[in-house]
Amino acid sequence: MRVQRAGDGDTTVLFLHGAGGVPAWTPFFDAIAEGRELLVPDHPGFGLSPDVDNLRDVPDYAMFYLDFLDTIDARDVHVVGHSLGGWIAAEMAIRNESRVRSWSLISPAGIRLRGQPMADIFIWSQEEGIRNLFHDQGFADRLLAQEPTSEQIDVALRNRFTFAKLAWQPRGFNPALAKWLHRISRPTTIVWGRDDLLLPVAYASLWSQYVPKATVHLLDDCGHLPVVEQAATTAAHVNRHIDTHSGGAPS
Amino acid sequence: MKFICFSLMPYRPLDLEAAKQHRSAWVVLPNSMYDPELGAAEYDSYLDMLTYAEDLGFDGIGVNEHHQTAYGMMPAPNLIASALIQRTKRVKIAILGRALPLVGNPLYIAEELAMLDNLSRGRVIAGFVRGIGAEYHASGVNPAFSHSRFHEAHDLIVKAWTTPGPFAWEGDHYDFTYVNTWPRVYQQPHPPIWIPSQGSIETIEWAAHPDRRYPFLVTFSPEEAVARNLNAYREQARVYGYEATPDQCGWAAPVYVADTEEQAIDEARAGIETLFNSFLTLPIQMLLPPGYTSIASVKKMMGARAGLGMEYQTIERLVELGTALVGTPDTVRARIEQMQERAGLGTFVPLLQFGTLDDAATKRNMERFASDVMPPLQG
Repeated sequence: MRVQRAGDGDTTVLFLHGAGGVPAWTPFFDAIAEGRELLVPDHPGFGLSPDVDNLRDVPDYAMFYLDFLDTIDARDVHVVGHSLGGWIAAEMAIRNESRVRSWSLISPAGIRLRGQPMADIFIWSQEEGIRNLFHDQGFADRLLAQEPTSEQIDVALRNRFTFAKLAWQPRGFNPALAKWLHRISRPTTIVWGRDDLLLPVAYASLWSQYVPKATVHLLDDCGHLPVVEQAATTAAHVNRHIDTHSGGAPS
Repeated sequence: MKFICFSLMPYRPLDLEAAKQHRSAWVVLPNSMYDPELGAAEYDSYLDMLTYAEDLGFDGIGVNEHHQTAYGMMPAPNLIASALIQRTKRVKIAILGRALPLVGNPLYIAEELAMLDNLSRGRVIAGFVRGIGAEYHASGVNPAFSHSRFHEAHDLIVKAWTTPGPFAWEGDHYDFTYVNTWPRVYQQPHPPIWIPSQGSIETIEWAAHPDRRYPFLVTFSPEEAVARNLNAYREQARVYGYEATPDQCGWAAPVYVADTEEQAIDEARAGIETLFNSFLTLPIQMLLPPGYTSIASVKKMMGARAGLGMEYQTIERLVELGTALVGTPDTVRARIEQMQERAGLGTFVPLLQFGTLDDAATKRNMERFASDVMPPLQG
């Protein structure tokens, strides 16, 4: 598995990326890695990590990452998950929090708000798929202006194929997740862009209903990628959450 | 050569201009554009047309399955097959095919085909397909498991037809305590299984395998691709140590015949061009959902106008490519004979109604094909 690393320190942060893979290194990562060890893996079947045939759904990925934390013997980890990565984090959280100190869920998938399903990203054209990620179309314009390399096309297709395997049906959620979210005992923060076209901001309050004592931060002028579109604000919320819940004995 | 008169049953009264406002004529085309009165009349026309094919001497008649689309009004082809069985005496009824991965329980397919086989006293041909990519958008079935569901459903259905029940099935996708299909199939050991396909090497290797020797039917492809795929199949059979028979090599294509080339082009133009440009519009995201094919094949097709029907295809171009056979009886017959020589063709499946082609023109076309193209080749 490919894992990008940054920073140095006693505190470990695990960032779990969304369906589109690890975004190009953003100021968000630098801000989180300040004084800490930041691990940014490519999930199996995404980015440059090989697919694993017997990982077939998001709960499998959660078990995979719980194994990963055991393998590296990480303790008091702060897990930050975006979109699909937030879903994986939540599935980890309802199973085993023993190595984790806090959860930061940024526009996570994984639960269903009836009447407001995840948008059908699989039917969108390439351009729609990029434009609908952002509130500020300047980000989309810059991405669309770049001619992707053959390797980048391969990675984008692998991300898409693996995400379909995990989220095609039911579309972007696990019916067995929401009913166990009450088990989460580690401090949790939810961050959401108010202009998210993939997973509408109404999901933020649904998560806060399910997850006890979760704090919620809604971001103005922000679509589905807060770590890209509002990197500094998102990092500030996540940093404050991590700092508040670091040190001392685990809660 | 055997001839199967095939219909897609497109919804011809479709408002083509209004349909263009939508992403595709599949899945997202609002069904408010379907008028039940006009649609019911369409079913009458198509059933009459296929029934008439028996009188004209065709060896078989063919139907198929597509969902949530004006391209074809047969989400449940077995229902049409059942109606055709009641209206015919002699012809084979080819279901080309049932999309196995789309159902939650493939035993229902085994049961329905067994019923049809009994009702027709052994006139059923069972085509097995995965469905085209859009079907995965329509059904919600995960395309990532399309291949593995197809293979397991196939194995289960064949075993249900050939192995005394009850027995248990313990698979990756399906798990049944009791498999015990009543009625049993009429034909022994089971109805012929055909594989309609656009051709992939994996499908060819699988269909040609000595355990199966399933007839391979190349659909709606340029002549070069048809010949290449049929020859790949025949070569694969040789690798397996046997010679494929003509019965194993099939080709399905739209056909129109008239007195002169110009007249044929003229009369077929609207039908052919609406088939390929209005009814078969599928952007790549709908045609090839992730996992339905390999990453490599998606990458190969990617481009600004990727998909089907995204660039206008004229009848001249389609005829030049040999995707459609349009001309005088002699020129059309010559192209079929050529495929016989080049690629061992033994089953030809003409689509004699296509796109908006009306009943009168379709009837003329069928009669002309049956009297002036088919006889010297048939047998």
